[in-house]
Amino acid sequence: MSAPAPPPVIAMRGIRKEYGQADSRVVALAGVDLVVLRGEYVAIIGPSGSGKSTLMNIIGCLDRPSAGTYALDGEEASALPDHRLANVRNRKIGFIFQNFNLLSRANALENVELPLRYRGLSARERRRLALQSLDRVGLANRVTHRPNELSGGQRQRVAIARALVTQPALLLADEPTGALDRRTGREIITLFDELHAAGSTIVVVTHDPEVAAYTRRRVSLVDGAVVEDGPVPRAEAAG
Amino acid sequence: MNTLDHVVAAFGALRANPVRGFLTTLGVIIGVLSIILLVGLGDGVRTYLAEAFSGLGSSLIEVIPGKTERKGMGPPPLNNPRKITLEDARAIERRARTLDAVSPIVFGGGTLRYLDRRRDVAVFGTSAMYPDMRNLHVQSGRFFDDEDALAGRHVVVVGTTIVRELFGEENPLGRTVKITDVPFRIVGVMAPKGQTFGFDWDDIAYVPAQTAMDLFQLDGVTQVLCRSRDRRSTAAAMDDIREVLSARHNFQEDFTIRSQDDLLETVNDLLRTMTLVILAIASISLVVGGIGIMNIMLVSVKERTREIGIRRAVGATRTDILLQFLVEAVVISLVGGLVGLGLGAGIIAIARNVVPDLPVELSAWIVAVAMGFSALVGVLSGVLPARNAALVDPVEALRYE
Repeated sequence: MSAPAPPPVIAMRGIRKEYGQADSRVVALAGVDLVVLRGEYVAIIGPSGSGKSTLMNIIGCLDRPSAGTYALDGEEASALPDHRLANVRNRKIGFIFQNFNLLSRANALENVELPLRYRGLSARERRRLALQSLDRVGLANRVTHRPNELSGGQRQRVAIARALVTQPALLLADEPTGALDRRTGREIITLFDELHAAGSTIVVVTHDPEVAAYTRRRVSLVDGAVVEDGPVPRAEAAG
Repeated sequence: MNTLDHVVAAFGALRANPVRGFLTTLGVIIGVLSIILLVGLGDGVRTYLAEAFSGLGSSLIEVIPGKTERKGMGPPPLNNPRKITLEDARAIERRARTLDAVSPIVFGGGTLRYLDRRRDVAVFGTSAMYPDMRNLHVQSGRFFDDEDALAGRHVVVVGTTIVRELFGEENPLGRTVKITDVPFRIVGVMAPKGQTFGFDWDDIAYVPAQTAMDLFQLDGVTQVLCRSRDRRSTAAAMDDIREVLSARHNFQEDFTIRSQDDLLETVNDLLRTMTLVILAIASISLVVGGIGIMNIMLVSVKERTREIGIRRAVGATRTDILLQFLVEAVVISLVGGLVGLGLGAGIIAIARNVVPDLPVELSAWIVAVAMGFSALVGVLSGVLPARNAALVDPVEALRYE
């Protein structure tokens, strides 16, 4: 009576990433297996140099693994040519960066519209979806402001609106509170919580225990390998 | 992302830094401006020459004594070329069937005196056909006719400049003037014709050809001016003339026949070549302008590395990025071209307003060439920067500070 289960959002097997040649070879990822199901809220944590940035780039289809297989939302993504990867990023992934990465010349609305431009939507449709998305992050009254006219928290909200506007399979955040003060960081975490509650699949790459504490599952990376993968204790999540 | 999006984005990038945008396009502005002005001048001179020539009659053929080569270095001219006489001119008129008018011309200069006033003028000895052949008209009185010529009457027809200088408000008809001490009666005044190549057509005194030859003690004419029935029969007419004249000159071609169309064509060829040379020189500044655009675009790509990263992250392909920067370079160059074109058109309009006779014009072909060059310069200067932009690695670009 149950419908066939949807494919996992992330399905990784034996992902390796190596840089350089022969004796100067650096192994960034030494065989990572990771499955993230739809609706999960996952933190990937680890000290610097643990390979979490490399893993994030591969999850985000910005980079290709040296070996292993990766299916994103049921679509094989480990060996696609560059233009296909760009297409996958556009449809499946919403990025949220530590330093927001907004176009400084464009206002909030134009920034949020950007992914839709590369999707080839009409101006009217772009505008409708972008306004909807900005409204969702509480910035309906800031659409014509440029990034330098917005506070750090507002900028990150614009970035989140941009990530949401394509209704991606995965929200991929890289230290989303790293450039924010504590209070604003909390607001962003709260927003993530709301998005999670509304059904979004979220992966946060962070070294901040507080951010990780709000997720439901924690994946620890050391030296390019997963050393711990389990639910976040509720006590931690509460406090 | 479609091309229109890229164009809009390119204007956005230009607006973001207008001073830099202006300085970047300056090279193209100057390049296009100089092309428009220099070629406009060349075109204007060509039109002016064509009009000046056709204003002096059409389908005209000149016969002058002595053999000269029109192209290249000919043999040295004969020391004593045989004269062309009035009889030769009459023979041509009689026998060359393809001609509809023949007029001998004797050029000379003399001092015209009326009472105590005097003026050095050009004296043309010619025949009654001459005004019609040169599109000249009599304003008052009459031109001398064949009867005057045959009778050897000392009659003269003068231009308006001469009338103004010697007679002022006085009616010159019927007055007697002296040309180098020989008295002539004024029978007509020519309508004003103006100047051609600096030569004042209204400062001429016309007398019958034989009279002029007597006056200047010449035994040959300076040239024989012939007119073919129409433009197409010019070549046949020239053959006719050659045949008639060489038969009278012991079958030696010791004269030169040239058509006005040939002359105009030669001058046109020269001007066309000059225009192309000017175009080539002016294009150098366009090339320099292109290098300027390339330089700024290379810097711009570097500066906007993070922007490239962001765009790539949200789904831009390498091709999207390539097109974005290529279109931007073309837009910069075309804006420069349009500004240069506008400036050039403005300067030409003002110049023609201030100096109405100035031979400068803005022809469609050069507008097309200038815009085409601008677009080409944009593409060529944008290819390398755009390629660099497309090859940026998104992972590194997102980390770029």
